[in-house]
Amino acid sequence: MVAQGAVPHPRKPSLALVSATRILIFGGIALIAGGMLFGDIFAVFVLHQNGGQTGQALMAASQTVAAGNPLEAKAAFERVGGLLEDHGTKVDAHVHMTDAGFLALLLALLQPCVALRPEPKRLLAWLFVAGGALLPIGIFLIHYLGLAYSPSPVIGWASVLADSAGALLIAVLVVEAWALWKHFQTGSPVSEPELPPDRSWERRTLLAGGTLLILIGFLYGAWYASVDLYRHEARETQILHSIVDSAANGQIASTHGVEDYGALAAERAVKIAAHSHIIEFGLLAILLAFIQRYVYLRETWKRRWVIVLLAGSVMLPVFVLLELKLGLLAGGIADVGGLMVVVALIGMLAGIVRHTGSLDDTGAQP
Amino acid sequence: MSRARKLLIFGGLLLAAFGMLYGLHYALFVEHQTLDEMGASLTEGFVAAAERQPAASSRAIDRYAQTKYVYVRQVDVHSHWVGLGMLLIALGAAFDQVGFAERIRVWIAIMLLSGAAIFPMGVLLQTVVPGPLPTVLAIGGAALVTSGLMLTAIGIARKPGPRDARH
Repeated sequence: MVAQGAVPHPRKPSLALVSATRILIFGGIALIAGGMLFGDIFAVFVLHQNGGQTGQALMAASQTVAAGNPLEAKAAFERVGGLLEDHGTKVDAHVHMTDAGFLALLLALLQPCVALRPEPKRLLAWLFVAGGALLPIGIFLIHYLGLAYSPSPVIGWASVLADSAGALLIAVLVVEAWALWKHFQTGSPVSEPELPPDRSWERRTLLAGGTLLILIGFLYGAWYASVDLYRHEARETQILHSIVDSAANGQIASTHGVEDYGALAAERAVKIAAHSHIIEFGLLAILLAFIQRYVYLRETWKRRWVIVLLAGSVMLPVFVLLELKLGLLAGGIADVGGLMVVVALIGMLAGIVRHTGSLDDTGAQP
Repeated sequence: MSRARKLLIFGGLLLAAFGMLYGLHYALFVEHQTLDEMGASLTEGFVAAAERQPAASSRAIDRYAQTKYVYVRQVDVHSHWVGLGMLLIALGAAFDQVGFAERIRVWIAIMLLSGAAIFPMGVLLQTVVPGPLPTVLAIGGAALVTSGLMLTAIGIARKPGPRDARH
């Protein structure tokens, strides 16, 4: 994996010493890789177990109804609520960390046109990365901290942390947009070297592959919204009515209803996950296309990481969908797909570290 | 920077910031209450069934379904506005490589931007305005974004942009 031959000269496309662009590229890739790794760990160790426990809790609730015990039913639903919150906050932490990483990479692309001095630009970049890390941490802690020591009856301290981090991200975004606007209004010169033009195989493949993935994701989302969304919603209400009705009549034969409910939740989850992941991977591929010039690796390795990334980007959503038919085998293959994307990201990040390391070594200045 | 790129980058930034502001507002003032309402109505449905009050149980389950209908759409609006905003910025950065005349690129950018704003707005309106209009807006917006994306893909495949010289 030694850089030689076709590698970009470290002095040419310069990621200036500790520039805002560098902070945002490193921070962005780290957030995306961290968010995806968290998502993979969640999928392997929490997702299915949580689903099973929710089904059991719902079954227990229907049994208490059949036994005519309202107090036990209420307690069972508190357990269901806790499990759903556990699931929801982990999914949200994964999504928000990854999305903050995407936004950081997007801001990195725009930095040359942001009409600010280097110092405030660096500060904004650090604030954005910090906000992007704190937001998912706050969301993750919501389930564990709850309302402990909170003066509010509905919002706990973890939510306050998450909301403050979200506000910080918005504030940075607004200042960046204002400085960008100022640049175009005043026609001020670019404040950092612009991204170098590049027509390499890696860039073209990532651009074309990313656009195709997004297009497929959009078409699939439109299909889901028109064919499945309303049907799922109606089926959920129908299943709940049937569980409650049979339990109220004193029948404990609502196992079938609870199984139906679990199957519906699984179908809905995998279809939404396939839609959102294929689009996110497409966007990631497009963003990574722009920074390929900074990946200081031998061309063979650069191409390998591109192929691994795109292959993982297809594998994960396709096998997530196949989970409905193939079960856990498909789930395992989907997790491997997610891991391939993370590994490719880390590989590219290593290339960028090599690039910046050689810049620092030669004493390049911003 | 070309007009099409400016449209996509500024439009994308505005849309992402607006989507995040909407998300912040939603998380602070709506989400916790909505989740509480969903949990409470589902619990009430089962508790009423245990007390052998089928009518009250049925009403509570219907209330749960209605609250969830609104919740799903409100969360979708947040994620779609932010996601589409990011997509517009990314496409804006690559838009010089779309091999069409600038006039056509501006129209594609307008299609993408207006679709990205209208599609989630239509979904949000489904929760407050009855009738088919919100659904028509959501479908129209989604169609605009998808068509714009297809044209962008065709444009990228059509010919290399002016800055695409190999280095």
